[in-house]
Amino acid sequence: MKAPQENAPLRSTFPRGPRDEQTTHAILAEGLVKRFGDTTALDGVDLAVRRGTVLGLLGPNGAGKTTAVRILATLLRPDSGRATVGGYDVVHDAHQVRRLIGLTGQYASVDETLTGLENLILIGRLLGLSRPEARGRGRELLAEFRLEDAANKAAKAYSGGMRRRLDLAASLVGRPQVLYLDEPTTGLDPRSRNEMWDIVRDLVSGGVTVLLTTQYLEEADLLAEEIVVIDHGRVIATGTPDELKGRVGAQTLAVRARYPVDTPIVESIVAQVAGRAPEAQGGLLTVPVTDPAVLPAVVRRLEEAEVAIGELALRGSSLDEVFLALTGHRAEDETEDQNQPERILA
Amino acid sequence: MTAAATAATGAAVALPRRVNPVEGLRHTFTLAWRSLVQLKHNPLELLDLSVQPIMFVVLFTYVFGGAISGSTGDYLTFALPGIVVQNALFASVTTGVGLNTDLTKGVFDRLRSLPIARSAPLAGRIIADTVKQAWSIALILGLGVILGFRVHGGVQGVLAAFVLLLVFSLAVSWIAVLVGLLAADPEKVQIFAFVVVFPLTFTSNAFVPADTMPGWLQAWVDVNPVTILADAVRGLLSGGAAATQVGQSLLWAVAIAAVFAPIAVRTFKRRV
Repeated sequence: MKAPQENAPLRSTFPRGPRDEQTTHAILAEGLVKRFGDTTALDGVDLAVRRGTVLGLLGPNGAGKTTAVRILATLLRPDSGRATVGGYDVVHDAHQVRRLIGLTGQYASVDETLTGLENLILIGRLLGLSRPEARGRGRELLAEFRLEDAANKAAKAYSGGMRRRLDLAASLVGRPQVLYLDEPTTGLDPRSRNEMWDIVRDLVSGGVTVLLTTQYLEEADLLAEEIVVIDHGRVIATGTPDELKGRVGAQTLAVRARYPVDTPIVESIVAQVAGRAPEAQGGLLTVPVTDPAVLPAVVRRLEEAEVAIGELALRGSSLDEVFLALTGHRAEDETEDQNQPERILA
Repeated sequence: MTAAATAATGAAVALPRRVNPVEGLRHTFTLAWRSLVQLKHNPLELLDLSVQPIMFVVLFTYVFGGAISGSTGDYLTFALPGIVVQNALFASVTTGVGLNTDLTKGVFDRLRSLPIARSAPLAGRIIADTVKQAWSIALILGLGVILGFRVHGGVQGVLAAFVLLLVFSLAVSWIAVLVGLLAADPEKVQIFAFVVVFPLTFTSNAFVPADTMPGWLQAWVDVNPVTILADAVRGLLSGGAAATQVGQSLLWAVAIAAVFAPIAVRTFKRRV
């Protein structure tokens, strides 16, 4: 894990000229604002991603993650604020930026009617490779992502995991320096998810800078050197996974009294031990904790008070709980995907 | 190897600010190739391009022929140019459907994130659709000849009709591009095509001479650009007088393109 990044140097390291080669950051964004009609998708977002590192952009659906990526990928113009990729301005030097980036997201798709190989050849040709070079690069990527057998199958016949790998392969044809992965594992089964994580780690070890958006705390924790949490188009927390865990509570203590009448007693005990008021939902009381010793302490106190326990658990914080801890409100998230990993920050 | 090599060596290399025109042309042809390769994998689209014209020619000739013209042969001579025109109009909607599919499926965003000419995705599609258009026109004319249509206009007449149809449908495809950019999904583009193209072609002399229609309808039929284009194609294929109609058809094409191309391009740029 890298040393904690402070927010303060952001402004001073922001390059004055569009081609400041001194920059140690592959991506710098300052005060990005984007409105769609009455809704403000981004409300002044700053981002700084150091070369060769992974930045995890964490937030619920509708937080503005995708809008931020689309701006950095030159697909949208910000209403205000500015951003550079590799020293090039995403609005004024869009063409140069496009030479440096690769984009993988649900909205940046391959052509479903073409085969995997044809898709990669198409992109290779568009990037200026000769026909044999494009074919060679396509085959190379298919082999790397274990898609050789499906090379001549139409992309629409691919499974979810295969499709994501093809999407990723398509964004790597031009060997980008900067890669945007917009929710690369949403909707994938655990095995495909693990495969995707391995691929990302390989890319980073090869020197690629990655901006990863995700709804999964676990994913950001496993892959990113630094995490930026956004909600309602604003950055609400920035730090290394360890720093965030320190602030948010790595784990959540959940207690339910056996008899509802005891709930107030349990509530006060939990509040005293954990140092903050628990959140009550039904009879279930949850509170973020950083110190695992809280668990035995709560058990002892409940025993002393002779309260019967219905349920008691210490588990990894979910994204929802992180949001609660950071913002005081639950992530207003209509995620259809209910099979998020429960076990999150380890 | 420029792109990959540059990207691999780092940003220290000054990257070109824009696409040079030769590269832009290559991007356009690569994307046209892509639209044509789709046909290989999507037999339904090929059916659409082939079976529909064949079906129209055969059905119209044998179902309506006797009733309208007394014999299938006479009717074919009258209606084939009309069928070609109707088919060309339907086929030009394909551009809008394909564009909309790319937009809604996200292929467009992938292309836009690449360092390619901004116009290439649209231009490539239009070139590919013109090739498809030429294929259906040739198919209908070929089938017509097999079924008894006699060309009296010579090779020149056929070529002129071909070019006129391509120019006209290219103009109409700007309307399709606009609809394709604005519609929420490809089905809506199809619906638009049916709602507009069907009445437009049927209230012309494409399939039936106008004399039995009520007066108010005849008045419309006379000014309907489909009538003008059908008459122009008839004249060119049969070797009869066609100069006026060809001229008027070209004027219509220019007018349609002059109105819709700028709006479509502006809408396109806003989305790009």
